[in-house]
Amino acid sequence: MNSKNIFKVAIRSILKSRMRGLLTTLGIIIGVASVIIMVAIGQGAQENITQQISALGSNLIIIYPGTTASGGVNKGAGSFNRFTLEDVEKIRKKAVYIKGITPIVRTSSQVIGPGGNWNTSIEGVSTDFQEVRNWKLKSGAFFSDRDLLSRSKVAVIGTDIVTNLFPSQEPVGKYIRIRNVPFKIIGVLESKGQSTMGPSNDDIIIAPSTTVLDRLVGGRYINLIQASAKSVELIDSAQVELRLIMRDSHRLNETEDDDFSIRNQTQITETFSETARTLTLLLGSVAGVSLLVGGIGIMNIMLVSVTERTREIGLRLSVGARSSDILIQFLVESILLSLSGGIIGILIAFGVSFVLNTYNIMTMIITPFVVIISFFFSAAVGVFFGFYPARKAAALNPIDALRYE
Amino acid sequence: MDMVIETRNLCKTYKIGEVEIKALRGVNFSIDKGEFVAVMGSSGSGKSTLMNLLGCLDKPSSGDFFLDGINTNGLSKNEYAAIRNQKIGFVFQGFNLLPRTTALENVELPLLYDRQKKHANSAQKARNALCRVSLQDRFEHLPGQLSGGQQQRVAIARALVNDPALILADEPTGNLDSYTSMEVFSLFQQLNDEGITIVLVTHERDFARYAKRVIELKDGRIIRDALIQNRLYAKEDLKLFKQSEIITPI
Repeated sequence: MNSKNIFKVAIRSILKSRMRGLLTTLGIIIGVASVIIMVAIGQGAQENITQQISALGSNLIIIYPGTTASGGVNKGAGSFNRFTLEDVEKIRKKAVYIKGITPIVRTSSQVIGPGGNWNTSIEGVSTDFQEVRNWKLKSGAFFSDRDLLSRSKVAVIGTDIVTNLFPSQEPVGKYIRIRNVPFKIIGVLESKGQSTMGPSNDDIIIAPSTTVLDRLVGGRYINLIQASAKSVELIDSAQVELRLIMRDSHRLNETEDDDFSIRNQTQITETFSETARTLTLLLGSVAGVSLLVGGIGIMNIMLVSVTERTREIGLRLSVGARSSDILIQFLVESILLSLSGGIIGILIAFGVSFVLNTYNIMTMIITPFVVIISFFFSAAVGVFFGFYPARKAAALNPIDALRYE
Repeated sequence: MDMVIETRNLCKTYKIGEVEIKALRGVNFSIDKGEFVAVMGSSGSGKSTLMNLLGCLDKPSSGDFFLDGINTNGLSKNEYAAIRNQKIGFVFQGFNLLPRTTALENVELPLLYDRQKKHANSAQKARNALCRVSLQDRFEHLPGQLSGGQQQRVAIARALVNDPALILADEPTGNLDSYTSMEVFSLFQQLNDEGITIVLVTHERDFARYAKRVIELKDGRIIRDALIQNRLYAKEDLKLFKQSEIITPI
């Protein structure tokens, strides 16, 4: 039989039982669609994380208080030799690869404004904050070095704070009270949106680090230091430089380990991307199992079909079909079933991702790679699971097949 | 005259477990072109086995079988398939038409497996075959829309479409009433008059008399091979049948 006739016969016999064909392919449709959707969700998440991290700042380097172990007892992060503003000053004076540096003093508190009260986090920073975090103002101004020196009670607030404390008025120039200390609002930050890893980026109050240390936290320790390198290429050099300065500042001799850790944005991105990749792989393989189950469904139906069409096979053999003709016919049928399921699945996945992306429910990225892979995988499922029934059909003896009731 | 079939000491033994069943024990006969032979015998006589061998659906245990001058001994499975395709037209008791497939496509079926591509226009060829069995107005009908007699005529057209050397009909009227059976035999006789060789398997002596020659089997051997005396003509019987219906209404 020529190839045209093979396809004609296969398509016709599928069309003869449309409902069955559709139900059979349903497994493949769901399998392919879910593989593509799952992988697209994973890759969307990865993309989101990358964006969020680069939103943190430009060429960002973060110095965390490290862990120390004394006598085998690990005391956990930040347990020893915490950072002070002096560390920050030393870096500012000595480092040459650094464009800006800011301490971060974190606390959270109930905040009272004219429109109500709200629990939020407060970060005490230096004037380099805007530079380091690449964060522009929507209105007003940022505080100055003078504010920092004089421990001014001024604050710059995120848009979420505006929504909650100043629902119907312009916040700049107004006062809020944090732990009974009145702060004057001098600026509003631009919105950075939801962070994938935690709360909203905009749910924040920024104030001079000195003020936060003196008035709100008490003490002299800061939580971490953020710096930005002069360029992407200088991130590694800046990191080395920061390490040396910090070791010097903490008076560590050569035998002692670092009591801090330094990580840059790329490393953080990689860590989260790695997680996202694992997630993608996990989701993809779970969906892949459903594709496999779909393939077994095809095999099942093809086996039923072979039994049901035993007489037809006998007839075809008696009018001159070779065993190979029968084999190919059933194989083509199962491949067509699984391929059409694959194509429908791909279309469904595109539809779902279009809807979710359009309505901003979820970021989904469909790469051509995963589409091509799942297309060929569905074809392979057809070959693999169609082969056994097809071989069974081809092995039939024409005499027995013709007599089959 | 050309010989279409020649068998030399044809034997077939089935093995079911330990038991050997000798279905054919040395069968010798030949059939010339243009003959109409009825193979008769009770069940277990070996006529189905002979039919399977003549149809190249099965291989003999020993002996030779020549079909249209070709010795089928030692041919491969695929060569058997090719012989079935080129030389033989089957007509079965149960019609064996593909369901939900039009008459025309059913008739076209053997041409799909024709590897030599003798026929450029298979659809035209199928239409001609359907015309030969007077179904020129039923091309697009599905088997379910046809009567039993019409379905069997489609099956006969399918057997004719490849211009076979031989038509093998296995109880072709077993599923039909006697009137329709006569119609089918009238068609067979007409085709035989046109020169087509027909081998018919039947167990009804009345139907065997429509053939020209009868071969009777018993226990795997030929016990009678004779020309039919007072041959019957289905067309005349049909006329009589119609008249008798008019005279004696039920």
